[in-house]
Amino acid sequence: MLRLEGVRAGYGRIEALAGVTMEVRPGELVSLIGANGAGKSTTLKTISGLLQPSAGVLTWDGEPIGGLAPREILARGIAHCPEGRRVFPQLSVRENLEMGALLRRDRAGINADIEAMYGRFPRLRERMGQAAGTLSGGEQQMLAIARALMSRPRLVMFDEPSLGLAPALVDAVFEIVRDIRAAGTTVLMVEQNAMAALRLCDRAYLMETGHVVREGTGAELLASADVRDAYLGGGV
Amino acid sequence: MSGLARIPWSWGFVLAMALLPLVFPDPYVLAVLTSAGIFIVGAISLNLLLGYTGQLSLGHVAFFGLGAYASALVSLGFDVGLGFGVRVTMGPQPVWLGFVAAIVVAGGFGWLLGRLAFKVRGAFFVILTVCFAQVLRMVALNWIELTQGPMALIGIPAFSLWLPGQGVVALTSKAQNYWLVLAVAVLAFLLVRQVVNSRMGRAFVALRSNEALARSVGIRVTHYLVVATVLSAGIAGAAGSLFAHYTRIIDPDVFLFIYTVTMVIMVITGGKGSLWGPVVGGLVFGLVPDLLRGRAAPEAQWVLYGVAMILFVMFLPRGIVPAVAGLWERRR
Repeated sequence: MLRLEGVRAGYGRIEALAGVTMEVRPGELVSLIGANGAGKSTTLKTISGLLQPSAGVLTWDGEPIGGLAPREILARGIAHCPEGRRVFPQLSVRENLEMGALLRRDRAGINADIEAMYGRFPRLRERMGQAAGTLSGGEQQMLAIARALMSRPRLVMFDEPSLGLAPALVDAVFEIVRDIRAAGTTVLMVEQNAMAALRLCDRAYLMETGHVVREGTGAELLASADVRDAYLGGGV
Repeated sequence: MSGLARIPWSWGFVLAMALLPLVFPDPYVLAVLTSAGIFIVGAISLNLLLGYTGQLSLGHVAFFGLGAYASALVSLGFDVGLGFGVRVTMGPQPVWLGFVAAIVVAGGFGWLLGRLAFKVRGAFFVILTVCFAQVLRMVALNWIELTQGPMALIGIPAFSLWLPGQGVVALTSKAQNYWLVLAVAVLAFLLVRQVVNSRMGRAFVALRSNEALARSVGIRVTHYLVVATVLSAGIAGAAGSLFAHYTRIIDPDVFLFIYTVTMVIMVITGGKGSLWGPVVGGLVFGLVPDLLRGRAAPEAQWVLYGVAMILFVMFLPRGIVPAVAGLWERRR
């Protein structure tokens, strides 16, 4: 479905991805784990077109997509929930959801999907007219997830969906990610919480300094001694 | 966003302003309000860029000056050599055509500057816009065959309108110019309101708050920034045209940096990103200098401006209109 082969990308002269090769197959839930600065977020940005790859091949259903604008990649069915501030704070909850459907023209379908999101996240319905910046952190994350789904993507990429959330909410977010995959959407997720990510996913890639250093099923990586030592031990 | 603009008191305000020359026909007051009004149109245009897309154009006066020169030259006619034996000659045209030319020329340069400048953002954009205005001032100073340079373009005709029963009438009285400026200001306000409340306006707000996120939902950020610059430049050009035909004389000083600063102060004190912000800020900073006239030397006035600006940034960082709107919301 999605393939990266020897993809390099960076910020100015700093190379953040030094030849990344990985793939995501239809219906999978794939996790990217690794230390800070390993290139996880950069990988997602390069796939979604926020960053241009300097070398390597990115294909989606066999079609090369490297170097396309974010808009065109979104139009092909890949949605990205970037790291950092997750919503447009001055826009209302409903306007944020509409933003997610910016490229769609089927008004009735958009309204139906917004209703579906309200059904799934009742808090968003209660606050639909409110500026998104006034929501709590957890509500903002729900809104960000809902917005990403509004484009009806075939692949949705989440960057640190649990970052900064209370433990109870972290579980809720992972529950939602699991549901999204169960509903047939493929998921690629970057997650600091490696233990939880590995338990949740089908397969995972471990990244270090711009390279993929290990891949396998979640269970395999959980069981591997060096992964445990490096990322899961020491009380993490 | 503030829903104040939808409340009918706004039309009451416009009506009161429109009736003012009949109730209180003091030519000095009307002259002050007319100049303030011209700069309010400029501030409304700047607010679209600075307030809604978050891009600080410190060369905004460039579009104002371009509009002033375009409108003056079209209405006066010109005959200028472009080199290689090419001469462009145009006879004097009606003033309304000059007004249209001002919008088109300023908008066209806005497109050009946007295409060039939005490859960079933030500080680089600010510097580029400052340079753009300075270059235009140099051109106006030195291209004497076209602009008369520092000798100024003189004898610019006043605005004229076709009025039923009277034919084409030149608007020479203070009250007529006042109404003209008021009408253009209302149109500019309505146009900006229309844009801001549209899909495009929401895209502006989105890209201002988080550009990466905006791009990831499919907003063509550069495209929207260029569109905002063209609209903003076109309105500023209209303000420049009003200025040229009101003062009837323009020189390269229409490109002075201080006019940009005036517009920026109006937008920031009034409230950037609020529709009424530039109107309120423009009234305050358009009228205060004249209230101070005779009481404080011009230099002291500029110092007072500076102090007022600092106080605003410290105590009302969002500006007068959002602060008052906030108080109003809390009272209800």
